[in-house]
Amino acid sequence: MFSDPDLLKFIFGRLTLESIPYHEPILVATFCGVALGGIALMCLLTYMKWWGPLWHDWITSIDHKKIGIMYIILAIVMLLRGFSDAIMMRIQQAIAFNGSEGYLPPHHYDQVFTAHGVIMIFFVAMPFVTGFMNFVVPLQIGARDVSFPFLNNFSFWMTTAGAIIVMISLFVGEFARTGWLAYPPLSGADYSPGVGVDYYIWGLQVAGVGTTLSGINLIATIVKMRAPGMSFMKMPVFTWTSLCTNILIVATFPILTATLVLLSLDRYVGTNFFTNDLGGNPMMYINLIWIWGHPEVYILVLPAFGIFSEVVATFSGKRLFGYASMVYATCAIMILSYLVWLHHFFTMGSGASVNAFFGITTMIISIPTGAKIFNWLFTIYRGRVRYEVPMLWTIGFMITFVIGGMTGVMLAVPPADFVLHNSLFLVAHFHNVIIGGVLFGLMAGVTYWFPKAFGYKLDPFWGKMSFWFWFIGFYFAFMPLYVLGLMGVTRRMSQFEDPSLQIWFIIAAVGAGMIAIGILSFIIQLVVSYIKREELKDETGDPWHGRTLEWSTSSPPPDYNFAFTPVVHDHDSWYDMKNRGYARPLQGFKPIHMPKNTGTGAILAALNVVLAFGLIWYIWWLVAVSFIAIIAVAIGHTFNYKRDFYIPVETVSAEEAKRTELLAKQV
Amino acid sequence: MSNIQSQSAEKPQFYLEEDHHPEGSTNLGFWLYLMSDCLIFATLFATYAVLGRNYAAGPSPADLFDLKLVAINTAMLLFSSITYGFAMLQMERGAKQETLFWLGITGLFGLAFLGIELYEFHHMILEGATPQRSAFLSAFFTLVGTHGLHVTFGLIWLVTLMVQVSKHGLIAENRRRLMCLSMFWHFLDVVWIGVFSVVYLMGVVG
Repeated sequence: MFSDPDLLKFIFGRLTLESIPYHEPILVATFCGVALGGIALMCLLTYMKWWGPLWHDWITSIDHKKIGIMYIILAIVMLLRGFSDAIMMRIQQAIAFNGSEGYLPPHHYDQVFTAHGVIMIFFVAMPFVTGFMNFVVPLQIGARDVSFPFLNNFSFWMTTAGAIIVMISLFVGEFARTGWLAYPPLSGADYSPGVGVDYYIWGLQVAGVGTTLSGINLIATIVKMRAPGMSFMKMPVFTWTSLCTNILIVATFPILTATLVLLSLDRYVGTNFFTNDLGGNPMMYINLIWIWGHPEVYILVLPAFGIFSEVVATFSGKRLFGYASMVYATCAIMILSYLVWLHHFFTMGSGASVNAFFGITTMIISIPTGAKIFNWLFTIYRGRVRYEVPMLWTIGFMITFVIGGMTGVMLAVPPADFVLHNSLFLVAHFHNVIIGGVLFGLMAGVTYWFPKAFGYKLDPFWGKMSFWFWFIGFYFAFMPLYVLGLMGVTRRMSQFEDPSLQIWFIIAAVGAGMIAIGILSFIIQLVVSYIKREELKDETGDPWHGRTLEWSTSSPPPDYNFAFTPVVHDHDSWYDMKNRGYARPLQGFKPIHMPKNTGTGAILAALNVVLAFGLIWYIWWLVAVSFIAIIAVAIGHTFNYKRDFYIPVETVSAEEAKRTELLAKQV
Repeated sequence: MSNIQSQSAEKPQFYLEEDHHPEGSTNLGFWLYLMSDCLIFATLFATYAVLGRNYAAGPSPADLFDLKLVAINTAMLLFSSITYGFAMLQMERGAKQETLFWLGITGLFGLAFLGIELYEFHHMILEGATPQRSAFLSAFFTLVGTHGLHVTFGLIWLVTLMVQVSKHGLIAENRRRLMCLSMFWHFLDVVWIGVFSVVYLMGVVG
């Protein structure tokens, strides 16, 4: 029966045994590692009887704090994958000289750099940022959860589903070989007939649904759920940057979705949007994708700016300098980020006036950004600065980001861009701002809010190790790329002719090795801190002498966040409360209205993975079945009207009594 | 807000002793969703604007569009919006059966719209004007088809809600859901007016 090719094609689509890359030793070894790790994890879960708690307390949880933590775990896991790709590229480029082809054949190398970009942006930076916004924003605005808690859980699982789809491509089939934005016509059916681009499209589409919905959710939360007294100009700066980021998300991700739909129609249906014949126009795609893509970089960096603002004020023991100008600068960046997309392709040939317009708007963005840098500097000035680990990341950021910003202004000059376009100078520039801006901010945030999430601080020694290796490693890894870019070396090359370039690539590889030690130190930090958690314990809920509302509740906060909704009088509201003799209420608790957990989000996301797999491999029966299942589960969910419950007053009282006891021990 | 501030001058109040009930977010959230959907249409309109004249020596709008048919189609959708409005009026009165009746009529108009649209597509494809023929036709089928898909989902949603209303009555949750679908339905109407003007009228006139 299985010799019938038509039947096989019906059942498996274009999936055949040859699609499994068992002839690639690197992938086989990786697969064995992943499989063994997975089996070990499952054995541990079974042995510790953790399956039940995992399902009830985490997977189905609609608690914004747990969802935030899960987002960040996803980001850290994917960081390891994305970084493996990075170090593979660095090693390849360091050795592929003098006729040597290195160890990665071009078709594999191309997948590696595509996967690196896609994973780092969509599945590391995005979930990391979204995780922070989820965890921190409701606490900062004195809310008990987000506006739509079920949607929040669904968004998280859709993001994870997208990551799973991209990860499947590692072991079944291949990933795109097009670069992280999959420009047509290269990504069209003619030049990329395989499954790689389809993995790319469906991974991003599924994750994009999650991102858009989470953006809507967080805007509604910030606008509607703030504690009484918290006017817009009394919101903490991180909440402000989150608001602007989510507005950007809602206003740009639909464009990405629509653009990828058009690309998939070209690939699946044979339409002519981005083809070279029958009236298609590939430059349409490049315009559309950057109309999403440029705001995307601000989606990533604005929350990082928010984190730095919180950290600088807290560790300088001062109010943030220029709160209002910080808010205006953030809003200005939000609007300007829409007016610069064309600087990604000055060389397209739009003409001098168009290029001049976009060059000037790009340079204008550096004004509000510069204002922010000065605000942070003036906050530090005459402050009582405590050089804890989050502050180190902040100082490291200010130095590194300014360099990245300056090379950005260089790239914004169209004539200079004609020389630097698509060179390693550009690669160095955007790593300079993304690592120096986004990643340093996220690491500062992890150290800063970790005690809030888990009740103990992170070990400072390993935190400092991580910082210094990241910081110095960054310079070793990327400064040589600036030099190479100025010498005219283009990006995405797997082999080189000119032996005089090799030394720079070797230095860059050494830098990547140092960053690897930085990441390793971070993981050691997590383990060491867990072991020393009694010593590092935070019983006050306010380990850093914080200024905003998240520090007014216990660490970790109770499910309901606040027993009584706070009333806000100042943007540093917790500092204000401490200053003006706030007394924590000890009685009069009431039952608290909360939403119930649900497994629908995880189930829908799992079905989406199946749907995407069917679409990628042309397994049409699977597509039909999973699509109908998605509709059925979604409709079924709407028939559930009992979605909330009350936390009984006894539970609240007991929870609060525990905190009273802990606080009494402090005095 | 102001009384909180005047209190704070003397004896600041730092927490609410009463339950805090933030106003519902559904309306805002649904508006945000609609605006994000609107951007998908905006992208498709922009694509149509750029590619809409690239006929690749194939048929042009003047060869293909039958304005009379499109006028009937537009009428179907506009009527369905009016009848949805009637359903909402009945919902406000708390009349369950009448609400269901008008929702049913709305669904029939929606179905008629989809039927005519499919007939038009079928007819065009038979004439050789397929989505693959030219960039103009790719953009046309995608823009109009995406709108049609939205109407289809609206219909599935409408049927679901009719079942829920007949099961549970016009309870607060169902009224909220009817309100959301109402906004969605009118939104599709607005988008269609854009499609009708930009694609059909300007296509035939220009």
